[in-house]
Amino acid sequence: MASRKTSPPNRDSGDKYSVLLPTYNERENLPLIVWLLVKYFGESGYNYEVIVIDDGSPDGTLEVAQQLQKIYGEDKILLRPRAKKLGLGTAYIHGMKHATGNFVIIMDADLSHHPKFIPEFIEKQKEGNYDLVSGTRYQGNGGVYGWDLRRKLISRGANFLTQVLLRPGASDLTGSFRLYKKKVLESLVERCVSKGYVFQMEMIVRARQLNYTVGEVPISFVDRVYGESKLGGNEIVSFVKGLLTLFATT
Amino acid sequence: MTKLLEWLFGVSLVGAVWALVTFDLLDLSLPKTYREVAWPMPLYLLVSFGCYSLATVGYRVATFNDCEEAAKELQGQIKEAKEDLRKKGLKM
Ligand SMILES: Nc1nc2c(ncn2[C@@H]2O[C@H](COP(=O)(O)OP(=O)(O)OP(=O)(O)O)[C@@H](O)[C@H]2O)c(=O)[nH]1
Ligand SMILES: [Mg+2]
Repeated sequence: MASRKTSPPNRDSGDKYSVLLPTYNERENLPLIVWLLVKYFGESGYNYEVIVIDDGSPDGTLEVAQQLQKIYGEDKILLRPRAKKLGLGTAYIHGMKHATGNFVIIMDADLSHHPKFIPEFIEKQKEGNYDLVSGTRYQGNGGVYGWDLRRKLISRGANFLTQVLLRPGASDLTGSFRLYKKKVLESLVERCVSKGYVFQMEMIVRARQLNYTVGEVPISFVDRVYGESKLGGNEIVSFVKGLLTLFATT
Repeated sequence: MTKLLEWLFGVSLVGAVWALVTFDLLDLSLPKTYREVAWPMPLYLLVSFGCYSLATVGYRVATFNDCEEAAKELQGQIKEAKEDLRKKGLKM
């Protein structure tokens, strides 16, 4: 009745969360993101594993990952490397095959997605038994750090256009910080054909199409401190192409 | 139905109604004012949608949160993590 809910001993819930970390040249970021993951999962008590999918990074990310595995244990840090750079979309598929949790969390390893939000994702998921929970930079306390006016304008403009054309029922389509029920992720991945950037957008559009429920949690997105962006280049062109493709096919 | 078809459907519906009223295709002998109002309607709609879009995007750009706090917190945690990892024997 008046008994306030204290934070539960989450360890006994039977749920397990597999975090997929695709890396390419993230030698400096990987130890930090893993440290933060261990910290926040430790504090909240949820059962978890971290799956590092390294695509033969020339900077020795894999070697660092092996050290981390020694420090934190082989049950917590799993290495599922691939020989060469095969792209982000297939990295998720590859990692997912090895995930043993009933939930999968997808995030970037470049510290722009902060693990402190993961407990919030999990609570949100439980609150509405959502099929997927998406981080959003565009709502509530969400936001960005390190973006100039031009980048903000492009981001907001692209988002507005997408909302008008696709009415996807989620506010952040290109963000890639999300939690999925594993079964839901599997069925989505099967259907998604896009590559790279647009993949994230397609995932959430198809989710809506398949009547999966989507919860949202505001996140702060801090631009990468270390290392270089791998996507860059023709981001806008590929975004527009992807948007039109989804517009015509979904 | 794809989003494209939904849009085409919607646009042709509006277009049909507009043509009916403007050119009085069904010989309903509507009052002349109806036609005068209907005739420039597509342009008005377009312009107001354009204005709405610009205003919305502009407002959202202006109110896009800058997460200074989050950046600071992260910087602090990076330091802490590096120290702790060094203690645990990580060679960077
Ligand atoms: N395994 C694997 N990981 C990749 C590949 N490309 C990118 N990544 C990782 O995917 C995540 C996101 O890539 P980023 O380069 O940060 O892309 P972004 O976030 O759009 O760009 P930034 O503005 O630099 O943050 C990072 O953790 C990368 O290391 C790839 O081909 N294979
Ligand atoms: Mg990034």
